[in-house]
Amino acid sequence: MAKRIDVSGLNAYYGSFLAIEDISMTVEPRSVTAFIGPSGCGKSTFLRTLNRMHEVTPGGRVEGKVMLDDENLYGTGIDPVAVRREVGMVFQRPNPFPTMSVYDNVAAGLRLNGSYKKSQLDDVVEKSLKGANLWNEVKDRLNKPGSGLSGGQQQRLCIARAIAVEPKVLLMDEPCSALDPISTLAIEDLIGELKERFTIVIVTHNMQQAARVSDRTAFFNLAAVGQPGKLIEIDDTERIFSNPSVQATEDYISGRFG
Amino acid sequence: MSTAPSHAGKRSSTLQGGRLPKWAPYAIAAGSLALGIGISAAAGLSSSIQWALIAAILYILGTYVVAAKVENRRQAKDRVVTSLVWVAFLLAVVPLASLVWSTVQRGTKVLDGYFLSHSMGVVADSETGGGIYHAILGTLEQVGLATLIAAPIGVLTAIYLVEYGRGSLARAVTFFVDVMTGIPSIVAGLFILSIMLMFEMEPFGFAGSLALAILMMPVVVRSTEEMLKLVPNELREASLALGVPKWRTILKVVLPTSLGGITTGIMLSIARIAGETAPVLLLVFGSKFINSNPFEGAQASLPLYIYQQYGSGEAAAYDRAWAASLTLIAFIMILNLVARGLARWKAPKTGR
Repeated sequence: MAKRIDVSGLNAYYGSFLAIEDISMTVEPRSVTAFIGPSGCGKSTFLRTLNRMHEVTPGGRVEGKVMLDDENLYGTGIDPVAVRREVGMVFQRPNPFPTMSVYDNVAAGLRLNGSYKKSQLDDVVEKSLKGANLWNEVKDRLNKPGSGLSGGQQQRLCIARAIAVEPKVLLMDEPCSALDPISTLAIEDLIGELKERFTIVIVTHNMQQAARVSDRTAFFNLAAVGQPGKLIEIDDTERIFSNPSVQATEDYISGRFG
Repeated sequence: MSTAPSHAGKRSSTLQGGRLPKWAPYAIAAGSLALGIGISAAAGLSSSIQWALIAAILYILGTYVVAAKVENRRQAKDRVVTSLVWVAFLLAVVPLASLVWSTVQRGTKVLDGYFLSHSMGVVADSETGGGIYHAILGTLEQVGLATLIAAPIGVLTAIYLVEYGRGSLARAVTFFVDVMTGIPSIVAGLFILSIMLMFEMEPFGFAGSLALAILMMPVVVRSTEEMLKLVPNELREASLALGVPKWRTILKVVLPTSLGGITTGIMLSIARIAGETAPVLLLVFGSKFINSNPFEGAQASLPLYIYQQYGSGEAAAYDRAWAASLTLIAFIMILNLVARGLARWKAPKTGR
């Protein structure tokens, strides 16, 4: 079910500004890949190119190839809407739909896509909420508004919403940066469980978090403000944090700059 | 008027300062009011506006002097600005309250079930009796049709501007919406009238609706645009990232989130056009009889009825005009209340 992502020669622009340049990497299925790097180096932009959300930003444009198993996401005739059903996303700030109940939030992906059987919906909602470790906390208030949950619960609700449509890949853009340590721990545990089923890519500013949850880590950097961000190196997390092959990575991880 | 704190002399802390007692502003107000009336009486000024103004100025001066003496200059300025804000508030409320008061006072004279359920029929302007049923019917039909035209076009235009509009077309649309906002209602009426004359048509209700729709549309576009802009982008992205097409995202996520505000905007724009007289006068002409067909023949409407009754100069007609004004105000007030209720009911819920 999980799919491999193979990126080669990827450039992303905002209008005429080149935000990230010439990125090539492979993301293994059923693993967690973490992106680290200073602010503004293009981690989030790159993440958003992986499910064609980058082009939603006005002026957003992408060159290069992103292979999802054997299909190029930027090939001709590819429907971005179909891509986003395969590659789900969780955002930095919890963003449950304010008009919908907990149940409706989880069911939103299926309902809004119009491709579901009514009888299955209850099962999918329960399964997704269990998958996001939220079921026990909300099973008695499924019909209450989703925005009434705490921040950490809202973020897990968003994860449940994302996995309810059964994507092959789950992208997470700093999913814990707005949360307290306990909610963060809950989500990190959840990431550990989800990687059995999904390919997970996570952007984080927290290097301990990258070390804790990820199997592989990619370090991004930019030469100067206004320069495009680049992939410096990607390797097994253990190696990146103990013995990285590039000096800049070591400097960043040990806190000497950035 | 003032009471300096007794311990003012032996203040030990730098954080402690003199403080006027709570009743001081009222005492100053009463004092300046008495003084103002006294001065006016002495100078032989008879107008209540004059002594109220003198009292207001005395109050502000008195507040500053007293507060500066007992407290300090910063507190004094704070009190003066607070007083100014209150004066501005009263100035804004006085005309509104007096308008509602005089309308209720004069309007209730003939306002009853008979008045609401009968037309002017064969009642002459100088006679008592008659009613506004035909005018209420006309207003409801004309405003209803105008809303049916303007609300969907306005909301869709706003959706285009916020969700899709890029580049010169969107700028042009925004510009023309701005221009339309400034169209005087009589010009909108003349525009439709020129078309009517081209086809040699007689006045009818729907022509008025068209002119009202022209007036209503930019208001709907503007308010809807503001409401759609308030929807956080994160919600759109969350929906798109679930693989939901853009049009469905707008329909199922963006619009429901902003529905309360959009409804309020439409209701307020209805209130705005319900009181228009000029285009109705030109295009619908007015009638004493009940005409429930807005597509043929002259119709009445409430604002036009008020204008024509008041213009006839008869005592009985004055009473009817005031009663119709009261009905119109009540109609718009009810619309506003409904809009607020809808906004509260449809607002995104935050309860646990």
